[in-house]
Amino acid sequence: MSAVTITGTQGPRARSRSSFAWAVKDVWVLTRRSLARIRREPETLADVTIQPIIFVLLFCYVFGNAIRIPGGGNYHEYLIGGMLGMGLAQTAPGTAVAMVTDMSTGLVDRFRSLPMSRAAVLAGRSIADLLTQVIGVIVTAGVGLAVGWRIHTGVLDALAAFGLALLFGYAFTWAGACLGMVLRSPEAAQQAGFIIFLPLTFISSAFVPVQAMPGWLQPVAEWNPMSSLAAATRHYFGNPNPAAGIHSWPMEHPVLAVAGWSLLMLAVFAPLAVHLYRRKARG
Amino acid sequence: MGNDAAIRADQLVKNFGKTKALAGLSLSVPRGSVFGLLGPNGAGKTTGVRVLTTLLLPDAGRAEVLGYDVVKDAGPVRERIGLTGQYAALDDYLSGRANLIMIGQLGRLSGREAKRRADDLLERFDLTDAAGRAVKTYSGGMRRRLDLAASLIGRPEVLFLDEPTTGLDPRSRAVMWDIIRELAAEGTTLLLTTQYLEEADQLAERVAVIDTGTVIAEGTPDELKEAVGGERVEIALTPGADLDKAAAALTMYTAGPVRADVAARRLDAPITASGAGITTRIVRALDDVGIEVDRISVRRPSLDDVFLNLTGHQAEHKPASRPGGPEDSVPIGGAGTGSDDDEQEGEAA
Repeated sequence: MSAVTITGTQGPRARSRSSFAWAVKDVWVLTRRSLARIRREPETLADVTIQPIIFVLLFCYVFGNAIRIPGGGNYHEYLIGGMLGMGLAQTAPGTAVAMVTDMSTGLVDRFRSLPMSRAAVLAGRSIADLLTQVIGVIVTAGVGLAVGWRIHTGVLDALAAFGLALLFGYAFTWAGACLGMVLRSPEAAQQAGFIIFLPLTFISSAFVPVQAMPGWLQPVAEWNPMSSLAAATRHYFGNPNPAAGIHSWPMEHPVLAVAGWSLLMLAVFAPLAVHLYRRKARG
Repeated sequence: MGNDAAIRADQLVKNFGKTKALAGLSLSVPRGSVFGLLGPNGAGKTTGVRVLTTLLLPDAGRAEVLGYDVVKDAGPVRERIGLTGQYAALDDYLSGRANLIMIGQLGRLSGREAKRRADDLLERFDLTDAAGRAVKTYSGGMRRRLDLAASLIGRPEVLFLDEPTTGLDPRSRAVMWDIIRELAAEGTTLLLTTQYLEEADQLAERVAVIDTGTVIAEGTPDELKEAVGGERVEIALTPGADLDKAAAALTMYTAGPVRADVAARRLDAPITASGAGITTRIVRALDDVGIEVDRISVRRPSLDDVFLNLTGHQAEHKPASRPGGPEDSVPIGGAGTGSDDDEQEGEAA
């Protein structure tokens, strides 16, 4: 028989932390878990690497020439602000798929039988997703620079734009987590993501100026948070921003609108996701 | 009940819609013992384990693990238990070692301690070579061993094993049994559920038989067998034999209903008296009516018999048992008895 016993000798248990410190550690352990998966399967990063490149190139060279920007301006410069929003919101279905997958395996039961923080599973996932979104922002900006997009303002303005975009993206991961809690299969999550996020990005000023849409659709696009993000980032980058001339509160105050939308989504979806997680897991 | 009970459940009730999963489940598991929860699919075994491991809130009743209420003191309970469910609770995309370290850290071990325990357990469970591979490349047996290692990494005082060997091949099952025995020898309190009667008999010191969410019998495997009655005779007949006729000829020696396994041409019944000569007398009695006996043996009742006796229906056998399985067992005189014997034996005769 092996010299190693199964139960082992009682070693030092790192028990002396506060419950908050433990929760932070749990979140970190689970963030690393999600990142480790990316290391093993880098292709899961396709939605923040290959996808933005394809979309930027498609829009610049296929649709771009057909789209006229009110007030003039280069479409390539116009596009990137919208691309950031789309790229970030697009990761939400991925969050949903990951959550559905977790919930459908026994792993969540394992987590729930451990003396760990209840919300850590969701928080760890959202932070890992935020980190992958940073990659998406860098790739989008990189391919943007390659096709002629430029930042015409200062470093602080640029950082404000990226920061706002990531806040927006982070809010969307919690929406994705909620979606993952109410759906039963990864396929359903993927489908729902498509059904929700595609209209959300296209009925906005992300790719096409709102002015080009039919009148009845314009208010929808103006109040779409995706339009606010596009307008806010265009404003900060000093890119063409035709929405600035629209008399509609979110278009006149895009930064406030994005921050408001993001915080509202976080305030609704984060507690809701935790609630759904607890309820679902408790049977 | 004293403080020596590691697990205590008192009239647990849990309903899922109209389904009564637990209908007043009560049990008491002494510290350091191995307790078997035996029942068929849908009997409430898993629901019971989920309530005891804080995963599910009971609708009524209460339960304690090591003196902590599973509802009110879920935190302290979780610090002291390990759980291995029916399906491996692992991250398929992480390596085996990364899984163990993650679960160790979430189970309140320091990073260094989690790594040390992970390496010890990987070695002990013969997984060192596969430690760096993603779990999705593991075989079923390896996953179960890793899953068990994961539930042991935090050194639980009480371990719940929900059908630990369901779906495993015989070799992997034997490995799991060895590990479970070793854990028991090291003093861990174990509650294991199983639908394999043999498993409960092999591993558990005490067994509770559950059906439709409640304990219908409890005791040591020996006590349960005792309750069913005395010894049983098992007779295998030669090809082409008439089972009905054979059963009729047996009645003067049997103390209960004769069970017939048509496909195996086997009769099984409790006997009135034991002692030398009983088998000889039965063989002679059958010979008198022109039936030849292939094999005959007298055995003590198994948990199979216990189950049939208590619930009126047969428990499920492990998949590795002979093809056809228990469904082929019908009370003697039942429809179809004997008919397909003849077909099967056509060529052999």
